[in-house]
Amino acid sequence: MNRDTLLHIVRFIVLVLVQVTILNHINFLGSLNPYIYIIFILLAPININKSPFLVVSFILGLIIDMFGDSGGVHAAACLIIAFFRPVALRFVFGLSYEFQTVKLSQVGFGERFAYVILMVLTHHIVLFSLEIFNFSHILLILKKTLFSSIFTIVITMLVLVLFRRNDS
Amino acid sequence: MQQIINFLIKNKHSLLFLLLLFLSLVFTIQSHSYHKSKFVSSTNFLSGGLYGWQHSITDYFGLKQENKRLLEENEWLHNQLSLLGVDSIPKRKIDTTSFDKPYTYTKARVIKNDYSKIDNYILIDKGEKDSIFPDMGIITDKGIIGIVENTSKNYSRVISILNSNSRINAGLKKSNQYGSLVWDGKDPNIIQLETIPRQAIFKEGDTIITHGRSTIFPRGIGIGTIANYKLNQNKSYYLINVKLFNDMSNIGFVYAIKSRDIEEIKSLEN
Repeated sequence: MNRDTLLHIVRFIVLVLVQVTILNHINFLGSLNPYIYIIFILLAPININKSPFLVVSFILGLIIDMFGDSGGVHAAACLIIAFFRPVALRFVFGLSYEFQTVKLSQVGFGERFAYVILMVLTHHIVLFSLEIFNFSHILLILKKTLFSSIFTIVITMLVLVLFRRNDS
Repeated sequence: MQQIINFLIKNKHSLLFLLLLFLSLVFTIQSHSYHKSKFVSSTNFLSGGLYGWQHSITDYFGLKQENKRLLEENEWLHNQLSLLGVDSIPKRKIDTTSFDKPYTYTKARVIKNDYSKIDNYILIDKGEKDSIFPDMGIITDKGIIGIVENTSKNYSRVISILNSNSRINAGLKKSNQYGSLVWDGKDPNIIQLETIPRQAIFKEGDTIITHGRSTIFPRGIGIGTIANYKLNQNKSYYLINVKLFNDMSNIGFVYAIKSRDIEEIKSLEN
């Protein structure tokens, strides 16, 4: 097992623990929680093998569901962003993704911000649509998606900046 | 045959994705129907243990408040006893008649509490080992909390009254009209009492209590007071907004209610 694999396993465990013990109970302004455990999916290696990645993302979501008693909503949302991650990467990074030369720790702020926004918004809209599961509450879904996304994006960007690896 | 295998190999990522998506949607749909979401639940030893451990640390920050609340409850109970004319010093003798109550209460500690979602659940640290079973009512000294939905050996999951699947019989304290309590998912302090018939006479500030029409809650446990009300569209029923006595965002200790006669009543109903 090399150092990178270990790093990803540790990141998985730490993110789950932080999410279920602290961040699920913030309830900012009544009901807003940041869901930063998806940093694991955001920072997975670009050239990762796809099938194991889908399974791991599904398990990550299912663990969050188990702690939050929310059925399978996090599992579904994680699975969808894991599956469509190449699309987001190609959209944001263009050619450098095609040649597998992009490194998330080295891209500029703007590109990274766009990538995070795209992934977080997708995750949250799936999450809240399934959690509320009622299209007569569509305004509530959009409201929760918007405000929670802002919260998650801010915290995610802070975490990414603070825990940056200097491996140049 | 070869072509089928080729197709499977070519599309294995998409097929895996669809399979897992289907699985997660099954869990999601189960969680939206009452009494079916048993598979993915926080009552297992991993999440129950983690929440118990976390709570044993955060417990200390609320001790002062909890003490005050217990003193208030004791004060109230002592006053009730003196009203009944019973000596408040307990007599230490075994009297079988005094144990044979229709309802028995077991204390439990809340180790996880949600109130910000549409379907909220509460996790308590007592399970089948302490004879907590599904369909037992959960209350505090102020009022009702919910109904036990799913149990494991050491933990139980309670379906909170702040859950869109929850339906609890409740009615007015001063008359016998009753309806069912539901939650619209908006404000964790306000829940809705539906299908109170138009003939009912009440005003804002009246007390809403459980009505003892199911075996889950005994009659007369407080729920809240009427905040406001309106008639429904065809003007036959009232829709009442009830302000809860409990602060659902701050629950420490609860009691689980076990009905002695539940088997007997169920056998009559069937």
